[in-house]
Amino acid sequence: MAEPAKRPDTPPRDAPRRERETRWIGKPFRRVDGRAKVTGATRFADDLVFPRMCFAKLVRSTVPHARIRGIDFSAAAAVEGYLGHLTGDCMPETFGILPVSQDEHALCPDKVRMVGDPVAAVAATTEDAAEEAALAVKVDYEPLETIADLEEALARPEPRIHDYPKEGGNVHKKVSLAFGDVEKGLSEADLVLEDVLFYEGNTHLPMEQHAAVAVPEDDDRVTVYSATQTPHYVHRALARVLGLPAARIRVVACPNGGGFGGKSDPFNHEIVVAKMALELGRPVKITLTREEVFYCHRGRHPVLMRLKTGFRRDGTLTAQHLETALDGGAYGSYGVASTYYTGALQTVTYRLPAYRFDGVRVFTNKPPCGPKRGHGTPQPRFGWEVHLDKAAHRLGIDPAELRLKNLERPGAVTANWLQLGTVGLGRCIEAVVAGSGWRERYGKLPVGRGLGLACGSYLCGAGLPIYWNHMPQSGVQLLLDRSGGVSVFCGETEIGQGSDSVLAAIVAEVLGVDLADVRLCVADTDLTPVDLGSYSSRVTLMVGNAALQAAERARELLATAAAARLEVSKDRLAFAEGRVFDVEDPERGLSFQEACIAAEALHGTLGTVGSYVPPRAPGRYRGAGVGPSPTYSYTAAVIEVEVDPGTGLYRPLHVWIAHDVGKCINPVLVLGQIEGSVYMGLGEAMMEEQAFRRLPKRRSAALVHKMPSMLEYKSPTFLEMPPITSYIIEDPDGEGPFGAKEVGQGPLLPVAPALANAIFDAVGARVDQVPIGPHMILKALAAGRRGGEARFGPAGFPAVDYGETLVVPTPEDGGDGRAINDFRHELRSGMRSASGTMTSREEAVKGGKGPLST
Amino acid sequence: MSRQTTTLTLRVNGEERTVAFPTHHTLLEVLREECGLTGTKHGCELGECGTCAVLVDGRPVLSCLALAAEMEGREIETVEGLQRGNRLHPLQAAFADLGAAQCGYCTPGILLVAKALLAASPRPERREIEEALAGNLCRCTGYHKIVEAVEQAAAVARGEEATPPHETLYGAEPPTTTGRGAE
Repeated sequence: MAEPAKRPDTPPRDAPRRERETRWIGKPFRRVDGRAKVTGATRFADDLVFPRMCFAKLVRSTVPHARIRGIDFSAAAAVEGYLGHLTGDCMPETFGILPVSQDEHALCPDKVRMVGDPVAAVAATTEDAAEEAALAVKVDYEPLETIADLEEALARPEPRIHDYPKEGGNVHKKVSLAFGDVEKGLSEADLVLEDVLFYEGNTHLPMEQHAAVAVPEDDDRVTVYSATQTPHYVHRALARVLGLPAARIRVVACPNGGGFGGKSDPFNHEIVVAKMALELGRPVKITLTREEVFYCHRGRHPVLMRLKTGFRRDGTLTAQHLETALDGGAYGSYGVASTYYTGALQTVTYRLPAYRFDGVRVFTNKPPCGPKRGHGTPQPRFGWEVHLDKAAHRLGIDPAELRLKNLERPGAVTANWLQLGTVGLGRCIEAVVAGSGWRERYGKLPVGRGLGLACGSYLCGAGLPIYWNHMPQSGVQLLLDRSGGVSVFCGETEIGQGSDSVLAAIVAEVLGVDLADVRLCVADTDLTPVDLGSYSSRVTLMVGNAALQAAERARELLATAAAARLEVSKDRLAFAEGRVFDVEDPERGLSFQEACIAAEALHGTLGTVGSYVPPRAPGRYRGAGVGPSPTYSYTAAVIEVEVDPGTGLYRPLHVWIAHDVGKCINPVLVLGQIEGSVYMGLGEAMMEEQAFRRLPKRRSAALVHKMPSMLEYKSPTFLEMPPITSYIIEDPDGEGPFGAKEVGQGPLLPVAPALANAIFDAVGARVDQVPIGPHMILKALAAGRRGGEARFGPAGFPAVDYGETLVVPTPEDGGDGRAINDFRHELRSGMRSASGTMTSREEAVKGGKGPLST
Repeated sequence: MSRQTTTLTLRVNGEERTVAFPTHHTLLEVLREECGLTGTKHGCELGECGTCAVLVDGRPVLSCLALAAEMEGREIETVEGLQRGNRLHPLQAAFADLGAAQCGYCTPGILLVAKALLAASPRPERREIEEALAGNLCRCTGYHKIVEAVEQAAAVARGEEATPPHETLYGAEPPTTTGRGAE
């Protein structure tokens, strides 16, 4: 491709950005919810209490796969305080986060698919009584054969866990995409490297267990307060299952006590309490136990992967073929998207001229996997970065140099048709290389000490919403009045990442007011414009752009009135320090409140709106909807590790990490996301695993969690965390508000591969899977001593029929973004582009000037 | 399940309150449900996560493992008792300012354990802070900002001039590079 593709509706990426002094943006201000969080005043879902409130408990399956023959409530009904029960028959409609996988029931009507599947719900006047009643419910199961893992699911088409997937058997989804001529690329390579790696599943483990309270209102209306990252999608699921118009359901997302993706699906318990409240005519609360949170799961998919990549002698990449196989658990959840995501972002860091991706997701009788921080991308990123490290060794090229040599260019369109924005990856690599003393120390440390380098990249918001529509993905509404205060209404959900602070800071910055004068009303489907939720690292960019637009429109209203009052031209007015004043004569001005009074007198009641829709993505093939984003963040990390070759015990000694965040809104919050990502990445790399085991045959051969408790599910404590040196790299992107990109998920990506690469540098052992246990290092070293490859990892990759491959010519090949062998989809996508959401920005951001000026 | 109830007077944050509750209920349940002090959180109710920590007679106790019925005459302190009037305790201010609270769910327990630490050791070493807090899990922060906030609060509590290090607020200064990585 000669020139990076231009987006007609956006300013050029390299346009010089107007620098100006900011009051809030880029400054370490106290987060707006900071005080409430340190005083205990923040009201999480379980903290809510209502008059006459009662309690619900779910009766969960004790067997992994069975038909339900009958349920006996007689003993439960005898419990003092018992109020009633629900079964699957009460809510026959299915739900699920993705339109293509509506495969969950609020309560299983006929069949359970995992230990923990809810089959009934009981309500009682106290939580104790509800628990006692739930334990007293007797369920009669007819056991079915259990599908335990990937291999079993691929090998055994019967019994089917779900009947709906057209792929047949226990395969949920198959993907096969070819961009450019991979065979030719591999044949032209001087080195073709092949690796099979495995990334174990793990879970989010938010400190707060899920909780929800439903309150019946008036006639046939209900409010659900919930610990959810996605109130809008919960709203839709409730309307569907309850059979009520969405307008009669109000969903309020309480601040989440940690999410990490684990609270982004609509859940059984949210629907059950709503139904129960409508049946009983009184508020109903449910709070899950920690064990139940493990059953909700939706965590990292276990992924087996095979990479085959071609390199020229000088390190230049020629082509890659990636295969991934995902163990999805018992339900669809985000799994179709997760499957695509295991392939979508391989291309955004290093330039791959040709790329082929095959993926498969299977159903097994375990809690469903879904989106966890990095959604589907940490697993192949682990594979890619370890694979690159091996290639560097084979080619005799420094691993940092190999990456720098292949860096993808800013503004490029990748082989799989992703439009990139700014690419600060090179600066990130240089920062961690210099900070860690890489050039002086890599490969030269004594045995038992090593350095490892890896990189990563992540979305700044998924380009497409979860269901097709052509409405904004984020909306913000402002209310200003004679008080001089600014009220901000937005559907965004605070999960700890600081979204409230981003929203408030952008509005305060544009209007030149104090943060204390900005009042937020968020995440309430009755009161706030829709925002799709806190997932895919979308909030800073999308909510931020909507807030910017709404605030700029408010500034315009105030400026018109102030200009008339001050008798100066509007373009000479500045908004800062709670004043609106003439930049030529700063003494001449109004207080912000006086400006509001003038504007309210001139215009009437004051209010503005802002909305955001991502730019149109260039890919037009089936599957092109997963991967596009307004821009991408970039990260590089170096980890130093100490390994005892005698025991295999190891300890990370230091992490250097650099993240291209575009532009900081608040550096303290950015650092918090970087450090939190390093922590979570180390947990996954070193110890966290969502593992299962079969009970002995005499105990039903059930497939159960090895560790559904916080004691057994190991996660790092204060004592395991190494020092971290964080570098914030700013490469502002025209798509982001003030140039900002994401930071919540990207910094997790390089951590696991950097650790694996460091262990290799320390003792020469390759562990091609995570979490890395000391015994794996020992086994790898033993294999090396026996004359084999000093490696521990999966032995092979199963034979999978991926179905017909969609052939998509790359931009370089002169393609137009479509597959050449998928006529049916072209027809459909043609229809969609007339009304779909990835329409042009002018159309999407209805009226007013674009949200991009800063 | 036992139907026996207990009535007793608890002293929480210096205030006495007479409560009646099922005898088997934990201090955690009674604080949240009978006293309405929902600032104390629960993460596992099995003593694994530290989220529910409160101070009893100045010492950290996992309220999910303590029976309320055994708390008569004891001095109980929860997160609601930390501030003086409307003024935040130095730990609270440092946690809010330095990013030590993200989702904030583990924060109350950590604040109280940190308060007990500072009472015993006004000038704690970093390792001492980490060891004192090792029983409290936090999934958001990666712990560093919490340690930095405790150090900051300790300095403030000692009456010292305490400006957070530049790196705590802005990250490390990227080293001067060859410029090869710049596009």
